[in-house]
Amino acid sequence: MQANSSAPIVRFENVTKSFGELTVLRQLDFDVAPAEKVTIVGPSGSGKTTILRVLMTLEKPNDGVIWVNGEPLWHQKSGDKLVPASEKHLRKVRGSIGMVFQHFNLFPHMTALRNVTEAPIHVLKMPKGDAEQRAVELLQKVGLSDKLGHYPSQLSGGQKQRVAIARALAMRPKVMLFDEVTSALDPELVGEVLNVIRELAEEGEMAMLLVTHEMGFAREVSDRVVFFDKGRVVEQGPPEQIFGSPQNERTKAFFNAVLRH
Amino acid sequence: MPNEDHLLVKIRNYAFLVIGLLAIGIAIGVELTVNPPETAPFDLLPILLRGLAVTIELTLLGAALALVVAIVAGVARSSGHIIVRTITGFYVEVFRGTSILVQLFWIFFVLPLPPFNLSLTPLQAGVLALGLNVGAYGAEVVRGAIGAIPSGQIEASIALNMSPGLMMRRVIIPQAMVRILPPFGNLLIELLKATSLVSLITLSDVTFQGLALRQSVGRTTEVFLLILVIYFLLAYPLTLGVRWLERQRQWAT
Repeated sequence: MQANSSAPIVRFENVTKSFGELTVLRQLDFDVAPAEKVTIVGPSGSGKTTILRVLMTLEKPNDGVIWVNGEPLWHQKSGDKLVPASEKHLRKVRGSIGMVFQHFNLFPHMTALRNVTEAPIHVLKMPKGDAEQRAVELLQKVGLSDKLGHYPSQLSGGQKQRVAIARALAMRPKVMLFDEVTSALDPELVGEVLNVIRELAEEGEMAMLLVTHEMGFAREVSDRVVFFDKGRVVEQGPPEQIFGSPQNERTKAFFNAVLRH
Repeated sequence: MPNEDHLLVKIRNYAFLVIGLLAIGIAIGVELTVNPPETAPFDLLPILLRGLAVTIELTLLGAALALVVAIVAGVARSSGHIIVRTITGFYVEVFRGTSILVQLFWIFFVLPLPPFNLSLTPLQAGVLALGLNVGAYGAEVVRGAIGAIPSGQIEASIALNMSPGLMMRRVIIPQAMVRILPPFGNLLIELLKATSLVSLITLSDVTFQGLALRQSVGRTTEVFLLILVIYFLLAYPLTLGVRWLERQRQWAT
């Protein structure tokens, strides 16, 4: 496992990802420390979401190596060499990553409670009683203890997203990915979701990687803000520095455009 | 739970009603067979109803085979493995693209000959032809329903570290069922009606008994009118069931 506490929990090494002609990640090098809260901001189409998607194994990178908790994610060791990972290896390594999606992606045929217990019972082989007890605690934590028996179609967008957060937490990930989790919500429902994420950030032990357009929120919860454009990290640093006195011209132009209104 | 409006739960709740109706139907059938009314055309009924057991047996066994074939071939058609996909694609296109009667004759008359040397009883041949033919249509229904599952469901399953098999069993198939059930009901009705073809390979189903009866006593109109009514009475409850299923789609969207 982890060699020492300063070793990154996630490391992108020279990672390239393209879709046909379009290159969305260009030889990306990028680290996340254990328990670090990192926000990725940047223009739309800049590849921010792709960083999360290759890390969640939803997209396969064309080149480079991604390390999670000291293990290669898309590769496995064969002697000294790295060969493409088997399904078994992928499943082992991605167990420490969780993800919350823009469009929730709850299972519509399961109640809120079963959405949260499903994977712990069938993937982690947790006893049903324990999984349910934990799910009730998690749903309580996201403020939905009165919605256990509700189906997703009976919940508001904000409630759905909070169930989705509880569902991801139930797998006890070391790194949690939040992919524009408030972008599909009505404005009045954004706050309740951000409050839950803020609480998670304050608890601290889990690394969090967020792609968001909520600049105020990013400034408040992040240890580090990464400005990402055209497949590369343009500038990164503590939120005060990136938001307060950005050095790069592209960063300045972007914040001028988004923060003015 | 207060909000268990899941379709399969509803089916469970209604199952007693369906079983009740079936029991009444069977009771009427038995009563008509044991105590046949004397007046024409009902005096012909006992002989025709002798074929009823064969028709129902063929329908049930054929449907069971078709269901298994449809799910296996439908999942295989959605597979990422190109060889699996091509083989099942070939099966589906051959059985959809040729007449079920010709398929029945192949299975019953050609398979016993060299190089196949595979002799089947008429019942086995009938079940096989019906199951494989309707199964091919069913496979396309299953494939379509699986393809209609939003990609977000698959991504969420991967993010929860589910294996492909677990995802299929617990996420994709249950959601696909809602789209699958109404067309499967229609296929069951088609299958029931197609059983009449087995009279041509010497199975004594309702149609076979009717043809025999017409040969011996004439009364063509009465014979075929009764056959018509028997098939309709068998199929109509299924039609009602399909309509009911189509109305139950709360969480399908």
